[in-house]
Amino acid sequence: MSPAYDAIVVGGGLVGSALAFGLQREGLSTLILDEGDLAFRATRGNFGLVWVQSKGIDYSPYAHWTWESAETWASLSNLISEITGIDVGYRRPGGAEICIDDKEFAAKRQKMEKLQSHSPHVKFEMLDQKSMAELLPGLSPDVAGGCYFSGDGHANPLNLLRGLHQSFKSMGGVINSDAPVNDIVSQGSSFTAKTKKGQFHGARIILAAGLGTQNLANKVGMDIPVHPDRGQILVTERLKPFLTIPLSKIRQTIEGSVQIGDSHEDAGLDVGMSTPILNKMAIRAVQMFPHLGNTRIVRAWSALRIMTPDGYPIYEQSEQHPGAFAAVCHSGVTLAAAHALQVPKYIKEGTLPTSLAPLRTNRFKKEMAHA
Amino acid sequence: MKDHYDIAIIGTGPAGMAAATVASAHGADVLIVDEQPEVGGQIYRGITHQSIKDKTILGDDYYKGQSLADAFAASNADHVSGATVWQVSPEREIGISKDGAAHLLTADQVIIATGAQERPFPIPGWTLPGVMTAGSAQILLKSSGITFSNAVFAGTGPLLYLIAYQYLKAGVPIRAILDTTPKSNRLKALPHLPGALYHLSSIMKGRKWIKALKSSGTLFIEGIDNLKITGKDSTEAIEYLLQNKWHRIEASNVFLHQGVVPNVNLAMASGCIHHWNEQKLCWHASTDEWGSSNVPGISIAGDGGGIGGAIAAEYQGRITAYQALYTTNKVKKQERDINVLPTQHALTHEMRIRPFLDVMFRPATQFRIPTDDATIVCRCEEVTAGKIRESISLGCAGPNQLKGFTRCGMGPCQGRFCSLSVSELIAKAQNVSVNELEQLRLRPPVKPLMLAELANLTILASEDT
Amino acid sequence: MHEIEMKPSPKVSIEFDGQTLQANEGETVAAALLRQTHLAFRTTPVTGKSRGPFCMMGVCFDCLVEIDGAPNKQACMTYVEDGMRVKRQLGAGDTGVFLSDEEDTQ
Repeated sequence: MSPAYDAIVVGGGLVGSALAFGLQREGLSTLILDEGDLAFRATRGNFGLVWVQSKGIDYSPYAHWTWESAETWASLSNLISEITGIDVGYRRPGGAEICIDDKEFAAKRQKMEKLQSHSPHVKFEMLDQKSMAELLPGLSPDVAGGCYFSGDGHANPLNLLRGLHQSFKSMGGVINSDAPVNDIVSQGSSFTAKTKKGQFHGARIILAAGLGTQNLANKVGMDIPVHPDRGQILVTERLKPFLTIPLSKIRQTIEGSVQIGDSHEDAGLDVGMSTPILNKMAIRAVQMFPHLGNTRIVRAWSALRIMTPDGYPIYEQSEQHPGAFAAVCHSGVTLAAAHALQVPKYIKEGTLPTSLAPLRTNRFKKEMAHA
Repeated sequence: MKDHYDIAIIGTGPAGMAAATVASAHGADVLIVDEQPEVGGQIYRGITHQSIKDKTILGDDYYKGQSLADAFAASNADHVSGATVWQVSPEREIGISKDGAAHLLTADQVIIATGAQERPFPIPGWTLPGVMTAGSAQILLKSSGITFSNAVFAGTGPLLYLIAYQYLKAGVPIRAILDTTPKSNRLKALPHLPGALYHLSSIMKGRKWIKALKSSGTLFIEGIDNLKITGKDSTEAIEYLLQNKWHRIEASNVFLHQGVVPNVNLAMASGCIHHWNEQKLCWHASTDEWGSSNVPGISIAGDGGGIGGAIAAEYQGRITAYQALYTTNKVKKQERDINVLPTQHALTHEMRIRPFLDVMFRPATQFRIPTDDATIVCRCEEVTAGKIRESISLGCAGPNQLKGFTRCGMGPCQGRFCSLSVSELIAKAQNVSVNELEQLRLRPPVKPLMLAELANLTILASEDT
Repeated sequence: MHEIEMKPSPKVSIEFDGQTLQANEGETVAAALLRQTHLAFRTTPVTGKSRGPFCMMGVCFDCLVEIDGAPNKQACMTYVEDGMRVKRQLGAGDTGVFLSDEEDTQ
């Protein structure tokens, strides 16, 4: 029989790795079971924003959860740097969302006012084109302006993943990659995860397997509804730095390449590309920054976001099988700090706090009851 | 350019030219595209107006391309030159960029004839200015009559000896030829010699080149075990390991070559399945005897699917064209078979020399998988062999994860000069065959495309949602 | 540089880093520069190392230069035109919009 772990995390993406990092740090011997190289790895498609200004406008628990994570992100970044020397590229220069015309501007202002009404920490500023252009060199003179919030930031999702993996291992954590979990069996006070590479036993099991979570969750008495939402990203060649502030749809990485993104589509599990969508993204990017028209796209990719029915994260503990948890979200970078520094405490104690109750799955049933 | 064609051909090398000539002769509406302003691909580059006066410099094989180019010029295929194909979708939507504008069009049949590229040659110093491929030396000679005196030619394979021989014929002094062909290859190639003897004249030609080079007094050293190129900001010298001793030759120009490999990026990004060929150490398109891939309507002809040389490429161009004509009801089965069967025979014959060449000039491991950790493997992102090995030990299971961790393959060349080395590095570290690894995931754009071009694209009515 | 006997070709003149040089009509920028023994065309954005053309056929992307103000142009795939202004590309591409050193807070 394989040695027992205090915790097994299924899924080595941003969510699973952050949770595992935190669990190992809490003194729980932790194993990550990961699928391998070509999994529908949402992490690879992540834009890298640590974003507050668009989260939970209509759902304050999510807005507050996001803020807690954003406020502790620097601690996570420092921890990873101390343990491994890896710089995850975290910067918090604020973030902006551009409004092309007055209609967009009015709509955005309205949304932000609603957000601020339940989340007063979001001290946003609606800026006209002139003021925005001071923050964003090269901004088109034809846009209406936009919204700037000083609490937004960005990081490099791949460096973050690497940093989490390495820190985890440095603290004694074990990663088994190329080991997709095909079954989970609960045996009273422990769980067995079955893979083609063998069976692994843990006192707790945490499902953070993105789109694969639902299938595994069913085996331990949880219903975690997730569906894929395709996002496509265009990446330009490296350019001299001009954008220090990330935008919701455009950011310039430390390496100099500009990423253009934030499309949403229901395309099932297809990670192909759609020219009409890319065309629309390109049009908008050039509308915002005309000089980018002369740069070249060197690659494009799509990835599948993990979408819950309302878009907000799910944190759940199985009632039938306590010790089995599930965690899914589409903003794995923004919530990485909360996942690394807060959630593991709850998992260790065995209870999710009331503050996270609004992010459990019974909220969907409530909606259905109301419908 | 129209919105739709019966048959679209990507590449105007021998395979593309042959395919376009056949297809348009049978009444198909044909589009043929290439990045270069003139036809010929790389092997017949410059053929349409070759300015070198002395025809013996480039040799007879080169001028064979003339008749092919003439027949193509007489055809009525729609030839779009100086145009980059940045995508061929599995539904045969083709993205073309020319003169700063991007276009989308569709075709019932697509023949991908993207030809070959040089095999990567990752040795220390291979990124220094002054280091180029033997193919570059050929292109400079064919297109512009430019040569470099006292260059060092290093590596293995017929094209290396060919360009050195062309230099000799042109009277250009060569500093040295450093032959890295492993001596043990000769014995291993022996069982394949009978097949090669069908092409005795080619073998004799190759021997003639080597003999001429050796007897010309050019320094020709065989059995080279390792190489490194040195210099601060530019090439200053090349060092070679021979019988356990390092030697140094001063040079400002080095031409490297260890064979050519298929240029697979477009076909892979289109969804065509490829398999690793362990004997040839490269990716091959999985096609049937008609050149058809697993993607309906997409076929692959010429060196782009698997190396066979210029004549084989021409045959494959003809075969895929006839099959495309048949599939689109432009010719009947009987007419296809009458034309294709003899061509298939000729192709089989033409390929008989390949196993011998593959084994004889198979590059040694140390030149494909660098031993020196400081050697750059990914030229675009400057990722070293050491960094890749470290990432593998940290758990990177394949080239896609490695790309995420090291940026290897994220640069503009999209893995053209690193993915072979990376795949072999990972396979070696994990003690598996390259075929057991996942392949590098390639997607359009397979060549860079300007953002303004993408923004100004006219979307085809059929797919605008 | 060894000259091979060629049929005559009309000449054009281009500029490289401010220096005027002669090129043959119909040849690539890379060939024109190599003809004058300029082997290095750029420095890399990652480490600032010197690079020059490698493959001459548009697949290695090492021969990137700035042409008439536009960055990241492959010299081996661009054909010379009279009056063309070519510059070595130093580091990442420059579209004319970039932060001055004092502003760069990254």
